Amino acid sequence: MTWLLILSLLVPMTTAAVTFMWPGRSESKGYISIAGMVTLCIISLILLYNVNTQGTLSNQMGGWQAPMGITLIADLFSAILVVVAAFVALAVSIHSFSDIGEEKVNGGFHTFLHMLIAGVVGAFITGDLFNLYVWFEVMLISSFALLVLGGSKIQLDGAVKYVAINLISTVVLLASIGLIYGLTGTLNMADLHQRVPMVENQSLVSVVAVLFLIAFGIKAAVFPLYFWLPASYHTLPISVSAMFAGLMTKVGVYALIRTFTLIFPGEHDSIDIVLLVLAVVTMIAGVLGAMTQTDIRRILSFHVIASIGFMLLGLGLNSTLAMSAAVFYMVHGILIKALLFMMAGIIGRLGGSYDLSELGGLYQDRPGFSILFLIAILTLIGIPPLSGFWAKVMIIEAGLASSDYFIIAMVLLISLITFIPLIRIWSEAFWKSAPAQSTHNNKRSTDIAPAALIPVLGLSLALFWIGLQPAWLIDAADRSAQSLLAPQAYIEAVLSDATEKVLPEDQS
Amino acid sequence: MEILMSVLIGVLMSVSVWLMLSRNLVKFLFGLVLISNVANLIIFTVGGLTVGAPPLIVDGGSEVYANSLPQALVLTAIVIGFGLVSFTLILALKAYQALGTVDVDEMLLAEQPAGHQAVNENAATEESAPATTTTPDSDAAGKSPGTPL
Repeated sequence: MTWLLILSLLVPMTTAAVTFMWPGRSESKGYISIAGMVTLCIISLILLYNVNTQGTLSNQMGGWQAPMGITLIADLFSAILVVVAAFVALAVSIHSFSDIGEEKVNGGFHTFLHMLIAGVVGAFITGDLFNLYVWFEVMLISSFALLVLGGSKIQLDGAVKYVAINLISTVVLLASIGLIYGLTGTLNMADLHQRVPMVENQSLVSVVAVLFLIAFGIKAAVFPLYFWLPASYHTLPISVSAMFAGLMTKVGVYALIRTFTLIFPGEHDSIDIVLLVLAVVTMIAGVLGAMTQTDIRRILSFHVIASIGFMLLGLGLNSTLAMSAAVFYMVHGILIKALLFMMAGIIGRLGGSYDLSELGGLYQDRPGFSILFLIAILTLIGIPPLSGFWAKVMIIEAGLASSDYFIIAMVLLISLITFIPLIRIWSEAFWKSAPAQSTHNNKRSTDIAPAALIPVLGLSLALFWIGLQPAWLIDAADRSAQSLLAPQAYIEAVLSDATEKVLPEDQS
Repeated sequence: MEILMSVLIGVLMSVSVWLMLSRNLVKFLFGLVLISNVANLIIFTVGGLTVGAPPLIVDGGSEVYANSLPQALVLTAIVIGFGLVSFTLILALKAYQALGTVDVDEMLLAEQPAGHQAVNENAATEESAPATTTTPDSDAAGKSPGTPL
């Protein structure tokens, strides 16, 4: 079953190559793209099923023994995220029919989309630190291409900021990988787990850990390093911003969780308090930033930052409960952010603007969609029985278990403040009557394109289902958290695999 | 040798940080070229320097040989870095052509108060700022984030 791992990378890469070379019309490229995403979804589901029943799957690339070669590995945490990423990517590839014009498709939209998802999946399933860096680069360069595709002025302006800060994070990541290699002589993450405690100078390990925190913190848009996100996400076509808002920052969070549970578990004493402070400040900065905005997409961009704070709390509290809350919150966060950006796209299409002052009266025009949007924002805020509620309950439970009452108070307070900008979208765009004269009235449309509606309905259903039936996901999150905090099974899957297969011939 | 390399890394790092702190996008770009080479030098140095030996094991195995892994890593990083720098170079050129400036402080198009941007993404030709859209909180929105460089 280990071929599933390599297949989940090959499928998006092959689709990328096919859509790049396909001579047909732009629509047919879209259909190929959807077919590729559906295949990826199926593979990821099989992968999740196998990991769930048989435990961690690993595969040594090229048959080289584990600490030497590159390992692909999927534990439950990775497998869950691969499934969620694949489904969001499928939703985006359907949604792209509604707002990605022929020019952009011919410019390679689907190719870059698939390379982006290959990078995301690769980052989730790699077991090698340098390989993680390479997948980050694959993801980054595809995201750059998606960012400037179309090349309007505003996109270039946003892209300059996004590219600059992300390149800095790349360099920091590369340097810290070099340093950890110098300290331990290995780059295999499972091997690092065993060797890092053996390093003589543990203060150097702390320094490298902080470098990793900075590098992944930029990618994840953690507090002082988040400015690139609200500067660029709203300049993009909705399909692209849904993809970015859903997935890109969460890969940074994944990398943070993976490195700090697997490579630097000994750094908890010093790092945890930093993580907690950063998490709380990130949440505050996110919700307060959202309150100052009037563009729906920028409000949502700041909410992406706030949700990163919730995920970091799970890592910072450092208990099984907290970690499973973080896993649950990641699944919920990826889906809800992609959904809300797509809904913002529909609002923009219906109302002719993304600005709250120019919107209004949507409830009268489209009551059904309005109710759907209301449910989506209630999901984000965390009204029972929607999925955000379970995520927050889990975090609060974890806070209670470790008696961090300040954290609980902050989570509750911030959830309350989250309410304000979101309900403002509701009351301004949907509830108040349409403004008498709008400068963009001519661009209004009355219909929702089916290509935009299908992914919105699909993601809403998925979230609604998680909300009504949270037990299976909570259980899966619990088990992922246990294996994250006690990674013996993960290490055995990587290293014992190698000793069994001393002869490379056994592999094939 | 290690001392020499660390001094070199330190000097290059400070130069590149100084360049990257500039508001000028072109200077930033040069800083980027330097700093990615700094990262490569770090990998190369901490991987262990072996003077005058190839990264090959000669038959018999008693010869001195250099660690080949850092070299492989650096090679990968150089290729990736080259791609990223070329992309950024073109992006800077395009941004200069489109926005008419290389000063990132003047690149405020994406961070104007909302309302100046229409749904149509080619709405970069803003200008028409009707009095109705300048809400009281719009100056806060325009000023808050961004220009991290």
